[in-house]
Amino acid sequence: MAIREIAGATIEFDEENFMVDYTQWNEDIAKTIATEEGIDTLNDRHFVVLNFMRKEFEEKGTGPSIRKLTKQSGVPTKELYALFPGGPAKKAAKIAGITKPQGCI
Amino acid sequence: MSEYEPIKKVSIICAKGGLDEVYPALIMANGARMDGIEASIFFTFFGLNAIMKKMVDNLKVATVGNAALNMAMPMMKFPITMPFPTLMGALPGVSSLATWMMKNEMEKLDVPPVSEFLEMISDAGGELYACKLAMDMFKLKKDDLVDEIQDVLTVGEFYEKSAGAQIIFT
Repeated sequence: MAIREIAGATIEFDEENFMVDYTQWNEDIAKTIATEEGIDTLNDRHFVVLNFMRKEFEEKGTGPSIRKLTKQSGVPTKELYALFPGGPAKKAAKIAGITKPQGCI
Repeated sequence: MSEYEPIKKVSIICAKGGLDEVYPALIMANGARMDGIEASIFFTFFGLNAIMKKMVDNLKVATVGNAALNMAMPMMKFPITMPFPTLMGALPGVSSLATWMMKNEMEKLDVPPVSEFLEMISDAGGELYACKLAMDMFKLKKDDLVDEIQDVLTVGEFYEKSAGAQIIFT
């Protein structure tokens, strides 16, 4: 556990740097985490992904599978991987402020 | 965090063509890409079934000679320790039924059908290759394979492409 000052807020992170409480999230926090993850700017398409992940997390208690994400958010697989280079699964979840993905797909 | 270097690249060999034998390779390759690990799959011998246009969505679960198969399949509610009788497995339609059940369970877990899975892995930057020797043996041409297959490789070429990778045989 680590508590950090980030984008003017005090946020708790787990050992692997995922936010503990997704309700503390806002777009400025997302932008700061994205920079830490090597993504300098977040555009509208990033936020389509992030908001879809957050909505799923809110409803199901866990983030979506990549398949569900690409089919239902309207962001195809190729674009998803281009938006989050270095692996969309964990990276997007971190930036979306939700916990570590539990699925294998 | 581990004291070891994270895995950066995997080369997966898929040498068998049953539905239950192909999925592990696809799931592991896709899972690697999801975490930013470079991934390729080399399909050889009956593994070629998984990438043949005519076979890709017709893979089956073997119900004869499959010692791991048991009666605990979802509809049956028998104990997992009860083996699947070989004679029953030989009845017409039983393999199709077992296949249908597995596909059904996979769909519930959001695991795509094989053709869609190959497309997903390819779109995710995973590389898919066919084995030249096995292609020659089965008299197959590149046109017989799904479009996602990038190349037909000799064993030597496969090893070249696997430089720096962990090689996984499924």
